[in-house]
Amino acid sequence: MSLHPPEPEAGRAAALAARMAARAAEEGLADVAYATIDSPLGRLVAAGTRRGLVRLAYEDSGDGVDGVLDGLARSISPRIVEAPARLDEARRELDEYFAGRRTDFELAVDWRFVREGFARRVLQATARIPFGRTSTYREIAGRAGSPRGFRAAGNALGANMIPIVVPCHRVLASGGGLGGYTGGLARKEHLLHVEGVLA
Amino acid sequence: MTVAGLPPFQRFLDAHRDDVLRYLIASLGSHDADDAFQETFISALRAYPRLRPGSDARAWVLTIAHRKAIDVHRARARRPVPVPELEDRAAVDPIASGDERPGSEGWERVRALPPRQRAVLTLRYAADLTHREIAGVLDCSEEAARRAAADGLKTLREDLDVAAPA
Repeated sequence: MSLHPPEPEAGRAAALAARMAARAAEEGLADVAYATIDSPLGRLVAAGTRRGLVRLAYEDSGDGVDGVLDGLARSISPRIVEAPARLDEARRELDEYFAGRRTDFELAVDWRFVREGFARRVLQATARIPFGRTSTYREIAGRAGSPRGFRAAGNALGANMIPIVVPCHRVLASGGGLGGYTGGLARKEHLLHVEGVLA
Repeated sequence: MTVAGLPPFQRFLDAHRDDVLRYLIASLGSHDADDAFQETFISALRAYPRLRPGSDARAWVLTIAHRKAIDVHRARARRPVPVPELEDRAAVDPIASGDERPGSEGWERVRALPPRQRAVLTLRYAADLTHREIAGVLDCSEEAARRAAADGLKTLREDLDVAAPA
């Protein structure tokens, strides 16, 4: 008498897991839903909570999808599931932005990843820079309440958890240089091209 | 609010989905396994923040799956379904659809065993848990788990002898 483990047909467990994850996100049992989104700048990892978009990352920067999820697990909640449908609005708005059909993101943003204080004020001031316009680290530091804190402003922008949507690419160095960018300078240039800032 | 060290739930789900599905198919048959799979991981997600980092996540989720399987077995016992005539079995039984291939008749017989024996044999041979891990799942001694496994296998052999006399 031998009992062999059942062998479910290929893909069945994966399909059941995907259904479970979608339901968990739909019913609010998961605290974070994520998906990958293809863009002209490469694949993005997007994550949202009930409040809104909480994280957007270039998949090839840092530790990839796993690194993004580990960070979310540590700082928000380990109840994280892959639920592409929950990120449909982010996907649609990003597609429209890259296609030149959208200048403002309307999706809700969840700021809880960013500690309250100067860093959050810097990012919120950055979020108000209009499409196609730029500012400088010094100006942004001033709008965040500390005109001499431009280095700290640079750090806060470098740690931007929602690039593109919170447009840190619109902040340039005071001397006219591009400054830095979380996903590499080539991407900053691409975004400034999309917005017509660079020819 | 932060739970140190727990991996994202999606990683846990991906790591254990195959084991849980195999276990549930063995315990319940193919037809009821899908719903039990959903119930298992939904319960696991609710309880997930209470899982101690570094503890045995596989044994933990199989414990939940085991409890869901017991619920289904009890519900079946309360609402007995008519047993199909022998000649109809192949057509009616979803297990014959190729889900289980080797040993599928074996699992059907395991399902008919008393609950403790059924649980031990499915956890041992479908989920590949050790007797010590099974004792943890069933909250019994390792010796009791071994004994139940031996009793179950003995019954299965006797069934075979009766079904196919030499």
